Amino acid sequence: MDSVQDVAVVLGPGRAPVGPEAPAGKAALFGIAADRIVEYRLVHLRGRLDDGQIESLAQNLLVDRVGQWWMRREEHLPPTRLGRAAVVETGLRPGVTDREGAELVRSAREQGLDLESATIGRRWFIYGPLRPDQIETIANRVLHNEVIERWALDELAPAHTDPSAEAPATGHIPVAGLGRDELAAISTNRRLGLSADEMVAIRDWFEASNREPTDAELETLAQTWSEHCSHKTFRAYITTDDGHEIDGLLKTFLRGATDKIDVDWIESAFVDNAGIVHFDETHDLALKAETHNHPSALEPFGGANTGVGGVVRDILGVSAKPIAITDVLCFGPQDLDPAELPDGVLHPRRIRSGVIAGIGDYGNKIGVPTVAGAIIHDPSYTTTPLVFAGCIGLLPRGSNPTDAKAGDAIVVLGGRVGRDGVGGATFSSQSMNTSTADVAGSAVQIGDPVVEKGLIDVVLEAREQGLYTAITDCGAGGLSSAVGEMAEVLGATVDLALVPRKYPGLAPWETWLSEAQERMVVATDQPEELLALARRWQVEATTIGRFTGDGHLVVVDGDEIVVDLPTSFLHDGRPRLYLDATMAKTDRPQRVETAELDGNAALKALLAHPSIRSNEAVVRTFDHEVQGGTVVRPYDGINGDGPADGTVVVPQGTVSPVPAVTNDEVATPIRGVAIGIGSAILVGRLDPEAMAWAAVDEAIRNAVVAGADPDRISLLDNFAWGSPNDPVALGGLVAACQGCHDAALAHRAPFVSGKDSLFNEFVDADGQRDPVTPTLIITAVGIVPNIKSIPAVGLMEAGNDVWLIGPDAGALGGSYFDETMGGDHGGPPPQPDASAADRHRGVHAAIAAGIVQSAHDISDGGLATAAAEWAYAGRLGMTLAVAEHHSTDVLFGEGPGRYLVEIAPGHTDALLELLPDARRIGWTTEEQRLRIGTTLDLSLDEIGAAFNPVPGDDEDDERANL
Amino acid sequence: MSQNTRPTVLIPIAPGTNRNQELADAFQAAGAEPRQVPLSALREGDASITDHQLLALPGGFSYGDSLGAGRLLGLDLRSWMADQLQHALDREMPIIGICNGFQALVHAGLLPGGDADAALTDNARGRFECRWVHLAPQSTGSVWTNDLNEQLWCPVAHGEGRFVAGDADLLESNNQVAFRYAEADGSPAGGTYPFNPNGSKGDVAGVVDPSGLVLGMMPHPEDHVRIHQNPHWKRRGATASSAGIGGCLALFESGVAAVVG
Repeated sequence: MDSVQDVAVVLGPGRAPVGPEAPAGKAALFGIAADRIVEYRLVHLRGRLDDGQIESLAQNLLVDRVGQWWMRREEHLPPTRLGRAAVVETGLRPGVTDREGAELVRSAREQGLDLESATIGRRWFIYGPLRPDQIETIANRVLHNEVIERWALDELAPAHTDPSAEAPATGHIPVAGLGRDELAAISTNRRLGLSADEMVAIRDWFEASNREPTDAELETLAQTWSEHCSHKTFRAYITTDDGHEIDGLLKTFLRGATDKIDVDWIESAFVDNAGIVHFDETHDLALKAETHNHPSALEPFGGANTGVGGVVRDILGVSAKPIAITDVLCFGPQDLDPAELPDGVLHPRRIRSGVIAGIGDYGNKIGVPTVAGAIIHDPSYTTTPLVFAGCIGLLPRGSNPTDAKAGDAIVVLGGRVGRDGVGGATFSSQSMNTSTADVAGSAVQIGDPVVEKGLIDVVLEAREQGLYTAITDCGAGGLSSAVGEMAEVLGATVDLALVPRKYPGLAPWETWLSEAQERMVVATDQPEELLALARRWQVEATTIGRFTGDGHLVVVDGDEIVVDLPTSFLHDGRPRLYLDATMAKTDRPQRVETAELDGNAALKALLAHPSIRSNEAVVRTFDHEVQGGTVVRPYDGINGDGPADGTVVVPQGTVSPVPAVTNDEVATPIRGVAIGIGSAILVGRLDPEAMAWAAVDEAIRNAVVAGADPDRISLLDNFAWGSPNDPVALGGLVAACQGCHDAALAHRAPFVSGKDSLFNEFVDADGQRDPVTPTLIITAVGIVPNIKSIPAVGLMEAGNDVWLIGPDAGALGGSYFDETMGGDHGGPPPQPDASAADRHRGVHAAIAAGIVQSAHDISDGGLATAAAEWAYAGRLGMTLAVAEHHSTDVLFGEGPGRYLVEIAPGHTDALLELLPDARRIGWTTEEQRLRIGTTLDLSLDEIGAAFNPVPGDDEDDERANL
Repeated sequence: MSQNTRPTVLIPIAPGTNRNQELADAFQAAGAEPRQVPLSALREGDASITDHQLLALPGGFSYGDSLGAGRLLGLDLRSWMADQLQHALDREMPIIGICNGFQALVHAGLLPGGDADAALTDNARGRFECRWVHLAPQSTGSVWTNDLNEQLWCPVAHGEGRFVAGDADLLESNNQVAFRYAEADGSPAGGTYPFNPNGSKGDVAGVVDPSGLVLGMMPHPEDHVRIHQNPHWKRRGATASSAGIGGCLALFESGVAAVVG
């Protein structure tokens, strides 16, 4: 075969899932009744292949011998016996990561086939008597996402990249002599996200330097100075309307609390990519939690996927081995009427299924267990869904090198640079509107977890061999921020001509800025050895420059100078932000109960609330067992379907592989890492400061129930807020930070890292702003001194006593009870309670003493909800009498430092010695009923029907095999 | 067993492989000396299968599961690794493939082997599934399962684990089914979710080749070789004698015993 030709082949059998989350089910959301939607895989081949070679390629590389077939596309037509069908094809846009296509080319060439390029798409048969506009709606809203994909009726042209594309040259952006408005217009037009003040500072610097900025310099400054990279709001000087001056939220409240708590087990906090704390005598833990909201709103799978990839690289960026992933996901109502969706917004169901698939895909493929998380549903998350991804790593103490020297080579490891992911940091730092999806598409990427798995292997082995002197990850801002950060002190020179690219045609500034995932940058004085190691692991590695020591960041593209900035201006030249905050009044109306309490109905409603009910089916799509160290699972208990408060992993490599065959042989204490997560968005609507206290308390409670020592708990903060330019929103942020500070001090649990995400708001076509519900997520990571004493998830044994730790009643303001009863009925939200810290310590002491058989914290939905989950998890009943009057606040109120613990009757004295205020409120029973006084009486079957209606079933299968 | 008499087990690592460390730990605990080697080192001749006494293909997502789980690693096995593998089989080397390793062995044609054909395809429920499953060992005369008298309990974690045999009767008559998914009491899962997590026909969780040397299984026995990995290790009845129920160390010990004689 002499000439290059294009061939498209279809792989079968097709998939035609049914149910509300299948494509046909999603079409029904838009009022379109498709009889059946069948999905086939479509492979575009371009090369010099004759018929026999195509046959061989398909048989060897594309289909199984059993149960699969292939055919040329022109032969693949809908059978007429099933009625009329339309044909739609979807495929990735050119330049979007297409690992399957790349692997196909590699494998075919190894087999001696002359395959030039290959891309993989999908071919859909849509059956039913549908109008063309309905087919279009299905294609647009159900089958593809325009941010990364294209579609066409019948046949889609393949997206082979053009090998002859010309690269644009570096341009200059004149700023000299321009006024504020003109400068602001440049920022807006290029989507730089720079304020007029910042543009003025840039203009002044270049005027003083007697030249105009290049496009790459302006983009570099925009990335480096973005909210995402520089946290300018958290570093801003804030004046509140009640007369307070705050010299930076981060410094005053978060790092401020850590400094005051001053413990000796923190190695580093709020520097580098992740916080580092002691694990045992010889190992440290690296902790980080990130947000990835904007990308997930536009391309849920890719956004969540790269969110996980990014936070794992943060951990790798301090030379730690990733050992656990967390995820907290916030979605709009799954039953939202599509007619209510603003233009440019994906349906919450689509966002949810895509995000869940994206999280699982990444964690599963890099071999790191996804062990902890939460899913919160609220109408305000419809336009601004939130994705928080966290990662924990393990490293030998002192093994993260941070001493790059002048003359060290700069080596980039991992994925090639492409046009996807250009401008991620600036995009993530701005509000979204109806056209964001169109203009910011290139900021969103698809991850390639296999490359990241390779990075983990290379970096950890390179660390062992001492092959690098400093390391950081390429996150938002790509090479510009990675090299820029590393060169902050030394200065560096980089030649973009050396940077490996996915395809030709990238402008120099695009190469420099592209965030394309799965890359690390290291400084090394042994580049040859490092490159050889990378080859061994089949990870691409290239030397692209060196550290100079002259304090200048110089980027060239061959002979052309692209960037030449002093690092002092890059990192310290941004004018400080000054902001005003309005502190909202938190006076609350008196509570008014509207109806007689029906305990059974109220509990069932709570258990079925989308933010409370079981997420087991979601969690089962995440590999939470890999690395073999998960000892408290997210769903645990006698049948593996009871929700655990906190989860625990024993880091791989910290126990010897000699097995302990029996219980008695676990004589030496085995340490674990407990992870707890806290949030309280309903409280936050009423009182952001109280939200912070509640979230910190819940996170700590969860970790304590999982066995953590409260004196060894580190905290991570994640804020997702609206625009800080709104003084009221900023006032809420100030109050929440104050609450974080005070709660951290009260519990003596220091913050070690965090991440804020601002501008989470959607501006609709009429200019109406829809900010996200202010959301604070606290992750508590604690040390479990001995996993043997961790209480079980779910009741263990009939005839044991049930004890309540903490007050009988909780608060109903901002409670899930009010949420399920139609809204706010007044009354205060849970108030800050420093005494809860004593209860955490008492509960831990009881756990450490080995007398707590099982435990559950009282959180969303109050005591009755906690009791129901606890009983269900152990498939045992409970009879409780909490107080003489089983009032609403006793059964369903929420508040800090409250626990239920199961204790054998013989351990009463031991418990009271450690927790003198504990109250015995009932006992466990063989009979599978939950009884609370005369107010509440439900069987576990009824509880299960509300909490876990279709065990193991869920709808989140979208693109699981992307 | 002293260190120098430990048989070596080769654990190749393809791009995207994971659970290699657990597999190494399990073999270490079973008395072998694991050697984890990147595929590139095998390809360039820095190491060879035949320098070892056992071969173990770990789980994960080799090559990102592009073009189907295990397909491209299977292609490696039957192209540039084929000669080494044949030598190994001629020398009666026990080989185990777990999850992705099983998928690769099937794609390579080593499993089920003989005249039988099979595939591992999308789970019946169409999504990845991570949960603990009970496995009933079947009597196959394989070096891997000969000594297994009790059920195993360990997690599955896969999206493409539904076993489909070209000729199920042939596999049965050849005695090649090594493990079936079961309920907690050992009775057959009968295709019922979640006991059979992926819809495999005949509840097949693992198969051996006609020689019994090559075992492939979807579940992860390497994730249950220590008592504290057992989700019920502290529940009522988890006494010193019974808490070990379901532990999978014996499987690895069987393979190791086969080569130390």
